[in-house]
Amino acid sequence: MQAEITLTVDGTEHRTTVDTRTTVLDLLRERLGNTSPKKGCDHGQCGSCTVLLDGRRHLTCLALAVAHDGAEVVTSAGLAAASDDELHPVQRAFLDHDGLQCGYCTPGQVCSAVGMLDEAEQGHPSHVTDDLEAVPELDDDEIRERMSGNLCRCGAYAGILAAVREAARS
Amino acid sequence: MTELLPDPVPARAMGSARLRADGPAKVTGLATYAVEHPADDPLHLWLVQSTVARGRLVDLDTAAALAHPGVVSVLDHTNAPRLVTDDPDTTDPELVVLQDDRVAFRGQIVAAVLAETSEAAREGAALVTARYETEPHRAELRDDSPAYAPESVNPDQPTDSDDGDVEAGLAEADVVVDQTYRTAYEHNNPLEPHALSVTWLEDDDGPRVTLVDSTQGVHPVAATLAPMLGLEKDRVRVRAPYVGGGFGSKGLPHAPEMAAVLAARTVPGRAVKLAVTRQQMFALTGYRTATVSHFRLGARADGTLLAIDHQVREQTSALKEYAEQTATPTRMLYAAPHRRTRHRLVELDVAVPSWMRAPGEMPGVYAHEIAMDELAIACGLDPIELRLRNEPDVDPETGKPFSGRRLVECLERGADLFGWADRTPEPRATADGEWWVGTGVASATYPTMTQAGSQARVSALGGGRYSVAVGAVDIGTGARTVLAQIAADALGCAVEAVDLEIADTDLPMATVAGGSSGTSSWGSAIVAAAQLFRRDHGEDPDSGVHTTASAAQSPGMEQYATHAFGAVFAQTRVHRYTGEVRVPRLLGVYSVGRVLNPVTARSQLLGGLTMGLSAALFEESHRDPRFGHVVTQDLATYHVASHADVRGIEAVWLDEEDPHVNPMGSRGIGEIGIVGTAAAVANATFHATGVRVRQIPVTADRFVG
Repeated sequence: MQAEITLTVDGTEHRTTVDTRTTVLDLLRERLGNTSPKKGCDHGQCGSCTVLLDGRRHLTCLALAVAHDGAEVVTSAGLAAASDDELHPVQRAFLDHDGLQCGYCTPGQVCSAVGMLDEAEQGHPSHVTDDLEAVPELDDDEIRERMSGNLCRCGAYAGILAAVREAARS
Repeated sequence: MTELLPDPVPARAMGSARLRADGPAKVTGLATYAVEHPADDPLHLWLVQSTVARGRLVDLDTAAALAHPGVVSVLDHTNAPRLVTDDPDTTDPELVVLQDDRVAFRGQIVAAVLAETSEAAREGAALVTARYETEPHRAELRDDSPAYAPESVNPDQPTDSDDGDVEAGLAEADVVVDQTYRTAYEHNNPLEPHALSVTWLEDDDGPRVTLVDSTQGVHPVAATLAPMLGLEKDRVRVRAPYVGGGFGSKGLPHAPEMAAVLAARTVPGRAVKLAVTRQQMFALTGYRTATVSHFRLGARADGTLLAIDHQVREQTSALKEYAEQTATPTRMLYAAPHRRTRHRLVELDVAVPSWMRAPGEMPGVYAHEIAMDELAIACGLDPIELRLRNEPDVDPETGKPFSGRRLVECLERGADLFGWADRTPEPRATADGEWWVGTGVASATYPTMTQAGSQARVSALGGGRYSVAVGAVDIGTGARTVLAQIAADALGCAVEAVDLEIADTDLPMATVAGGSSGTSSWGSAIVAAAQLFRRDHGEDPDSGVHTTASAAQSPGMEQYATHAFGAVFAQTRVHRYTGEVRVPRLLGVYSVGRVLNPVTARSQLLGGLTMGLSAALFEESHRDPRFGHVVTQDLATYHVASHADVRGIEAVWLDEEDPHVNPMGSRGIGEIGIVGTAAAVANATFHATGVRVRQIPVTADRFVG
């Protein structure tokens, strides 16, 4: 079964017909040619497919495209393109702290970090937040917890932590 | 093409911190991995796997699949193109896919569906129904399973070793540790699942195949596939510009690669894309066998080892033998007059095991280093002191001097950094609230290898710029960054003046990114080519002149025993009531020769430590012996360390170079980080709780009840 939807990806609007079985991830990667979000598990278990969907970090492998008609998607490629510099500050911090090795989880990590910093700024608590009333302070435990939906098999967590810590301060 | 024994290279760029050259492409996601490469109107392939562990495929009903919109064809053993399988030297049994009706393990490829879209291919695969004639199977590695001695262990080492008289040594010993240590089945699980895009072309010169593959070695893939396809190697072009990790699982081509090539052969000129699913990886892309190490250590009361006996039982597959070299590090780690190692394999009707980061060293040193901890307790010695008392003067295995053995300095430096002197010797002596707290240590070692056969080409581009080409692959190691640093120093130019080309079989031959040998093997070839280039073309070469060369093996590799060393320190907290284990501190101190780029080297060592921590606490593939497959076949049930599991983690190294191994003075660093780490963590949990756990993963249930 086919359905027509509109999706804005990294600032460009796409009017497209999709198979109703198609996920946002496969729509991006196989139809729209945007392979910035990666497919690591296709089951919402690894975080590699994370993008900002209507401003919030979202797993696109668990999102059916037909259910997101009219949505706005920003991938890590879009974050860079929208920056004054060549790279988004979070991307720059990942680079400076070598928070990556093979790079496959990295665009998802970057989108997750950008989304997470916004959540924290809005006062969202995490599992390790003690005071649910206060605006959480992003100490190392908070960053680790909030970034734990994104697996990195190369084990770049130490660099990712340093990168997000720096991005949180600036 | 010339072979040259390269001179040592003065380090200017080598040793300096440089950010990852492909970092910007990776953080933005603009780096394109195998299946992401654009292709006009590609077809998508989906694999159908056997649902029985052993038997014969008697019927495959493809009608419903073929009727599904978008499905183009279904390949099975009755219609798939034939492979050349009559030469045992070039036939890899794992790659003989869709050739007959035999089922050798559950999860084997029995069909493959080609379709216009990935959705149709997936649905089509689900619509294929197979009927089997089943035969009895064995899928459980039991202590009483019949076992055999393989002819050699990976890659080509003796199965057994005997020095002195172990039984006499044990009889003479004041203290004996006699224990069995187990490691779990583990799956490599690189974040990028195995994938490729392949096109079969027919031109005037015959067939030509091009692959964009997710592999640790483009040349080895071409060399392995070509003869089975009846082609010369140069008719198979393989590229791998970006690879999302491998950890050994992409070191050899696996069955999905061959299935995709066969499918492409049926649709000449059209690209076929195959992305193996995470679930399929648990049967089709290799894994680490479980190991059972029976250790007997005999020592004098002062801790001096008299006898080391390490007898290993592990598993291989009936389809293809793989013998993990678990006891080989035991042959060189400590001195003792009486030493013995054995490897015995249990052949099961299961998926084919293969390389996983530090095969042999990871499970073997894990077992040895817990046995040493137990010996230290039995002798009333500090675990570091015990290791100092058993330092060999020369390599116990070969009798050769070490090119450098600074294990003692690693242990002592680590002890300083970790605050080991403040440690209470008694176990179960420190509590912090509801947590028992303890510390543990383990040694680490990994052989330093340079593989023969790599070549590099240096060309002058004019204006002081150079092209340096080698068919190597950067799977996340930092090769793309480090090889340019090596080339710059070998040419005596700036790193920015080097255009590095890698990851293509159109470039000179390069060996696999495996065995922690990539940088050494490819770097030596680059140095040889650069030095010969300067000799032939001088300091101001004309644009276009070029030199291709390979490096002769450094004589030091014959004269010395060459190994990297390290010491791992862990602090653990074990919850008094739930048994939950946390690792707030993990430190590795390494002796790895010259560190060519501290940025990427630190990441590799930390990555190894992280994977070791992950193995210590989480990783275990549960095989159901009734059905023969791994039931924890995704990342929700096969746990790998997540961000919150990794707390304080640090890797440092001794300032040194190893002049004997290669012209850069470097040893391999890709694997040593995982070695010893699980033992350090396990030893720390004993120190915290007084409970000795002799298997990994060390799970909470071991500490409660």
